[in-house]
Amino acid sequence: MDKNIGIYICTGCGIGDMLDCDPIAEMASDEYSVSICKNHPFLCGAEGVDLIKKDIEGEGVNTIIIAACSPRVNYDVFDFGQDKIIERVNFREHVAWSQAEKDENTQMLAEDYIKMACAKIGRTDLPEPFKAEEEYSKDILVVGGGVAGMTAALETAKAGYNAILVEKDPKLGGFLAKMKKNVTLPYKDISDTGAEAMIKAVSDNPKIKVYTSAAVEKISGGPGIFSVEIKANGNSATERAGAIVQATGWVPYDANKLGHLGYGKFKNVITNVEMEEMAAAGKITRPSDGKDVKNVLFIQCAGSRDPEHLPYCSSSCCLVSMKQATYVKEQNPEAVNYILYKDIRTVGQSEDFYRKAQMDGNVFIRGSVEEVGESGGNLYVSANDELLGEKIKIEELDLVVLAVGMVPRSLPAEIPKIKAPSDSKEADADGMIEVKPDSGFFATSALNLAYRQGPELPTLKYGFPDSHFICFPYETRRTGIYSAGCIRRPMEVGKAKDDATGAAMKAIQCIEATSIGMAVHPRAGDISYPEFNMSRCTQCKRCTEECPFGAINEDEKGNPLPSPTRCRRCGTCMGACPERIISFKNYSVGMIGDMLKAVSVPEEDEEKPRVIVFVCENDAYPAVDMAGIKKMNWSPYVRFVPVRCLGSIALVWVADALARGIDGLLFMGCRHGDDYQCHFVKGSELANTRLSKVSETLDRLSLESDRVKFIEVGITDCDKVPAIISEFMETIESVGPNPYKGW
Amino acid sequence: MADVQTTNQSILVVGGGISGITTALEAAEAGYDVVLLEKNPYLGGRVTQLHQYFPKLCPPSCGLEINFKRLKANPRIRFFTMAEVAGISGKEGDYDVKVKISPRYVNEKCTGCGKCAEACTAEVDNPFNYGMDKIKAAYLPHGFAFPMRYVLDPSIVGTDDGKKCKDACQYDAIDLDMKETSFDLKAGAIVWATGWNPYDAAKVEYYGFGENKNVITNVMMERMASMNGPTGGKIVRPSDGKEIKNIAFIQCAGSRDENHLAYCSGICCVASLKQTRYIREQYPDCEVTVFFIDIRALDRLEDFYTMVKEDQKVKFIKSKIATITEDGATGNLVLEGENTNTGEQIKATFDMVVLATGMAPNSIKSVCSADVSCDEYGFIANDPAKAGIYGAGCARRPTDVASSVQDATSSALRAIQSIARR
Repeated sequence: MDKNIGIYICTGCGIGDMLDCDPIAEMASDEYSVSICKNHPFLCGAEGVDLIKKDIEGEGVNTIIIAACSPRVNYDVFDFGQDKIIERVNFREHVAWSQAEKDENTQMLAEDYIKMACAKIGRTDLPEPFKAEEEYSKDILVVGGGVAGMTAALETAKAGYNAILVEKDPKLGGFLAKMKKNVTLPYKDISDTGAEAMIKAVSDNPKIKVYTSAAVEKISGGPGIFSVEIKANGNSATERAGAIVQATGWVPYDANKLGHLGYGKFKNVITNVEMEEMAAAGKITRPSDGKDVKNVLFIQCAGSRDPEHLPYCSSSCCLVSMKQATYVKEQNPEAVNYILYKDIRTVGQSEDFYRKAQMDGNVFIRGSVEEVGESGGNLYVSANDELLGEKIKIEELDLVVLAVGMVPRSLPAEIPKIKAPSDSKEADADGMIEVKPDSGFFATSALNLAYRQGPELPTLKYGFPDSHFICFPYETRRTGIYSAGCIRRPMEVGKAKDDATGAAMKAIQCIEATSIGMAVHPRAGDISYPEFNMSRCTQCKRCTEECPFGAINEDEKGNPLPSPTRCRRCGTCMGACPERIISFKNYSVGMIGDMLKAVSVPEEDEEKPRVIVFVCENDAYPAVDMAGIKKMNWSPYVRFVPVRCLGSIALVWVADALARGIDGLLFMGCRHGDDYQCHFVKGSELANTRLSKVSETLDRLSLESDRVKFIEVGITDCDKVPAIISEFMETIESVGPNPYKGW
Repeated sequence: MADVQTTNQSILVVGGGISGITTALEAAEAGYDVVLLEKNPYLGGRVTQLHQYFPKLCPPSCGLEINFKRLKANPRIRFFTMAEVAGISGKEGDYDVKVKISPRYVNEKCTGCGKCAEACTAEVDNPFNYGMDKIKAAYLPHGFAFPMRYVLDPSIVGTDDGKKCKDACQYDAIDLDMKETSFDLKAGAIVWATGWNPYDAAKVEYYGFGENKNVITNVMMERMASMNGPTGGKIVRPSDGKEIKNIAFIQCAGSRDENHLAYCSGICCVASLKQTRYIREQYPDCEVTVFFIDIRALDRLEDFYTMVKEDQKVKFIKSKIATITEDGATGNLVLEGENTNTGEQIKATFDMVVLATGMAPNSIKSVCSADVSCDEYGFIANDPAKAGIYGAGCARRPTDVASSVQDATSSALRAIQSIARR
């Protein structure tokens, strides 16, 4: 596109008092041949916007630089259509509100920002949405036919989309179909599971294609264009899908590990799953002799909340035991249920069911098990009763039910560690031991993705495949593949249904966005995507290894095979590529490189150092804005460069900037580590790793490593921003001017 | 508001907190038209008033920034602040909704320059900080307020201060003649995501909230810990601004109690655990005692509980505290109750007490003549037989942020289905 540039400077909100705007216009016209450069005292007002609109219509302006407030505000006012290139220069928060009035340095700062914007638009093209060659599918593959999977399929169909449901067992229903009754909202009593009706609804629905006794053998492609190979009853089939819901559920924690609670030793010690199956089959009896049960004891958290077994809580076991206590009472009103617990966790309205269970006369004992034993054909349990503060022994028990927890049916990429038993010889320095296949954790494959980074969804701790479990709980690290139900976090039936409905929503949304070339979360709506100039590729594989979303496959020679529909547009690949062959139409190594070159570098004797601060546009940039809004001050020698994610920073920027005489580079990115805040999961971590290797570059240039620094800045750290900058400026002062100035 | 074009293919989302924003975005990003209403002058709701989320101890504004960015980029969402629903009638696929907009006294010309606040001398209780400090009567509700637009407190309209604000504005953004307005909407489906209010701690009379100055609630603690809170992030005693040495948390203050909220609010345990971290980070020597019935740290949040338990300065006592008495001279608080583990009577003195109060829903019933079911607590029941109006987040059950987002996402699909059925 032939760019016809207009620069519009707002002099309102104090900008005009701080800056001399006329020389800026002269500079732009001299150095960048910009013919239109106008000031307005209230650019975001109707008259100001009209001024721009008139130039668009009358003068054919199609590339607009607006030097006014932060791009975080007035986004709607300064929206002139998708066919215009719009660049916002933050004269208000980053200059007028945070710098000295009518100062030479303030003026230079503003001029630099205009120059950087001109350089940026010189390298910006309007993005065109990606369109795959294959026809897009709008069908949704659901893996797993339990309550979550069936719900995902049904809800998908209700919204007008087709679903393909793959279930490993001969019959749909999963654990739901094995249950006698359910307890869910409004939690007043137990209720029918509805499993058979649900299975029928799925089977009868013309929009749902069901494969039973089936497994997904291979998935290739990406959102919109997944190709799915299914093996069902010995036959192979291929389906196409636009998005995937993984609802492969859970397995009960392996009770064979719970010998200390009598499992495997005594026939009448059973798990909650075995209890449920027995109740569903008809009558609850003593497995040892088939006799009636009168006294039942439930051991809560059997292997749960236990660092040697499952360290987490499975959320639903309290309710399940109370439900099963109801079965016992229904069968024999004279029966006595004891529930031995650590904490009763009936959150929300389910507290009502706890209240009912207490009213029903069930005996709740807060304490811990000392021993499960047998005497005269009956079981006894010794426990520390915390409320009585003494040891108790409950005898004449017909049945002891172990409330075991849920283990996600996933394949953790990294083997989880748990606390090692005290006699273990394999414990590491922290007393931890790797989870083994026989340790009770479950490891299984379900998707078999033909992805370079592995066949399954990457998992966080304990094998739950998610990536941002607070603000964006559905996000995984594989685009268009959403997990639902107990694979995501342990939950009861009602919540699994809600969860699956939400996962179906995300799947539908991904399909719709992909079909028009738009990115999904977190850059929802972005139509730019990375393009690879393959002729210069050296097969170094960095892009295929570092993409946080596994979007890039590899051929046998190591050439990257990008899948743009899997891409989240973070630019991590761009930052990873040492050959600079990966670019977006509106974001590239060359573009930022030109912006850096546009920064004026005064001679050494002027004593005006120059520092570039790369800021994550989601967190650090707003933090800087906020510091400006609070009218905090910082050095006029720094220039902020927002980046999509710090993962997109290229080391060549560091080398080029330093070679030009820039005195220092500061990188403000999100917290990484276990509690990472990076919305692209790995971006800030990768940036930090890359920068740790920058010393080679600095050595080559004979420069001090202090000139480059990575610092974690959260969005609420605005109060710290000026101090961080001051401290860095002091460092730069102490190491002295960059000797490359003026070269 | 004549330019609000809605049809029975539109989705109305009521409540612009984390649940409502999520529902609106998820539906709009799938290609549906959404109108989002928020009664506050800003979006974000209750989570904007939180210092950090558990278990990552990260700021809510980080996720909100992403959501606001999504919202800015999406032309399918129209949102209105200071907007409340005055009435709903009709049925699935064909609702008529009356919307009331309260006057902001600041129009769309506001640039956020802050000159009005500089000119204004009157101060009002700061609602964002639960009245713990004062704010100018011309104010930006909080630093990250979205949209970034000032508000005038109605009390200065017609006063000198109101005039001063108007005169100070160079952009003609202050309109002291603004009146309450209303307009009508059509919608095919409605998602009710109006969230919750903290249960009124004063109703739990034996804790003396409001009289005992150093008894605060968990939501107030969030503001105290926050950089943009009344104390700039420093947790101190409200009575004298002193540092704290010995603090107690009382869990289930008015929760799991049939005289107050019979249900469990699900979040207060981990919220208090989180707040012990705020305190321990500021005060390496402060003693913390948590009085609880059960600690309810579900699923992986158990790890957070495990981490807090490792702190030797944090004690957990299973107990129901019966009374709090203030020592008039020192402002210290004497807690009495029974240790249910040991049976011993507790009488202990603390310099500050945090009441972990629960969540009370903002019910739909008062404004809705259309068919919708609520449970006895006022939470929307999402009865499958009464499709069309769906509760999301804490309007449906008391729950945490992650579950609210999950629920809100499912509500978006339910709303879409109501339209697809037409």
